[in-house]
Amino acid sequence: MTAKVTVEDVERVAELAHLELAPEETPHMLHDLNAILDNVAELNELDTAGVAPLAQVSELWNTAGAGGLRADVPKASLDRATVLAQAPETDQVFFKVPKVIER
Amino acid sequence: MPSEAKAAENFIEKPKTLAELRAEIAAGTTKAADLAAGYYDRIAQVNPRLNVYLSLTKERALAQAERVDALAAKGDPLPALAGIPVGIKDVLVMRGAPATAGSKILEGYRPPYDATAVEKLEAAGAVLLGKLNCDEFAMGSSTENSAYGPVRNPVDTERVPGGSSGGSAAAVAANLAVATLGSDTGGSIRQPASFCGVVGVLPTYGRVSRYGLIAFASSLDRVGPFAANVRDAATLLGVIAGHDPKDATSSAAPVEDYAAESDTPVEGLRIGVPDEYFGEGLDAEVRAAIESGIAALEAAGCVVKRVSLPHTRYAVPVYYLIATAEASANLARFDGVRYGYRSPASENLSAMYRHSRDEGFGAEVKRRILLGTYALSAGYYDAYYLKAQQVRRLLAEEYLRAFADVDAIVTPTSPMPAFKLGEKTGDPLAMYLADIYTVTASLAGICGVTVPCGTTKAGLPVGMQVLAAHLNEGTAFRVARAVETAQI
Repeated sequence: MTAKVTVEDVERVAELAHLELAPEETPHMLHDLNAILDNVAELNELDTAGVAPLAQVSELWNTAGAGGLRADVPKASLDRATVLAQAPETDQVFFKVPKVIER
Repeated sequence: MPSEAKAAENFIEKPKTLAELRAEIAAGTTKAADLAAGYYDRIAQVNPRLNVYLSLTKERALAQAERVDALAAKGDPLPALAGIPVGIKDVLVMRGAPATAGSKILEGYRPPYDATAVEKLEAAGAVLLGKLNCDEFAMGSSTENSAYGPVRNPVDTERVPGGSSGGSAAAVAANLAVATLGSDTGGSIRQPASFCGVVGVLPTYGRVSRYGLIAFASSLDRVGPFAANVRDAATLLGVIAGHDPKDATSSAAPVEDYAAESDTPVEGLRIGVPDEYFGEGLDAEVRAAIESGIAALEAAGCVVKRVSLPHTRYAVPVYYLIATAEASANLARFDGVRYGYRSPASENLSAMYRHSRDEGFGAEVKRRILLGTYALSAGYYDAYYLKAQQVRRLLAEEYLRAFADVDAIVTPTSPMPAFKLGEKTGDPLAMYLADIYTVTASLAGICGVTVPCGTTKAGLPVGMQVLAAHLNEGTAFRVARAVETAQI
């Protein structure tokens, strides 16, 4: 957990996240990630064997709790024209994007 | 005078209370339409110096004000917020109005729907003035990460208003709205409230619907109000709280009359003071102010007890792992396909995604997406994300145990008063560490109120954070009200 992040790690993670870092951004990100992860390493001091991970706090209190899921009833959603009006490019039926596969 | 152009300015002005304004509007001595117009005039004067509003929703506001005036003219009963001018943090959507989340990537986006909190405010008669500046995607503690320029603190324009809801806090402090909405993921309502000298509310996780809130970290995000006094903040929470079928995490617990609760004396309440919040790194003047606040609570008949929350020191790393992991997933939706910014002239889909996100996101957002993606990536998931979730349980259970012995816990909201613009922008870790006193309640899901509690010698506001157990907002308001009444 004290693994040092390398330039290759930053580039790999950027690729996973669909981010393209400018060449001058990479060293800054590398420095910041290492500084933050050094701080995070403090968590190693804690023995958490047998502690269940907590993803949602609502489970902690048993008052009325979360309202639960609503009934699955079909109803009108936003109309297509309203939604497509927000898109950078459409053909009025679908969203349009640049070529997906190069031939 | 040119020599004074750079001098710090002070734009502090206290809004009238909800009770005063409602009485005037009901009596017809103040027209809601005139009140709104007056606020727009002040915004036109002051906003160029503070950069609080990103956009104004004048047409909608004036139509609503006229509806309220018509009701008042007929002598009909007025709803709780009839004619009250309110500003909305630009992470909550309003139909047809810009919704930027402080980011270039949402430039041009006009959402086709209203957030539930927005809908509820309007149904209660509020006049919604416009959208308020914030850190990009609510990521920051100073509002310096907004793509639309920083907000300046109305107490001292050379200083930050805190963040990420800096615009929401500054708007109330400068009387550019009577009340505002913000969002709080790790302190983004409480810390700016503290820096600007106003009241800010962190409702219990699930108390207020997040439908229409642009998501940052879904297990932490909350929507809450700012106001100039505790009672008004309590009234606002009463309006926006409650179950919403559109948000599966929203609680079905009944909504209390928080304003009435805030009127209840505090005598006999047990107040916990955690040692861990008064250690190294706490500014001496902030400490002195908070200690005066605690003494005032004791004088009001509270029983003050020391409590221990030993896992506090792990809260910042836990928070930044969980929040960034969730953010990396939530922000994957900004891809240049359905709305917002698309980078021109990309040769293929993959390049379009990368260029749009690279050009659309600012440095702090990229940093957090990278950190979150790293923490979730193969080989690191157990060591970082899972570990953080385990420690999150320890932190949350520690609070539950503490609340078995005390009714509320009081702490400083921030270890320091408002800092200067640019002071921390070069060191992201230092900026994160300043969140030490607020991230714990975020992780535990409990509620809290930040209330003004004195000032430093230089006149900078200090905020006391009053924390209470899940769905115990009424208690937090009572304690905050007692601190407010004591006028530290």
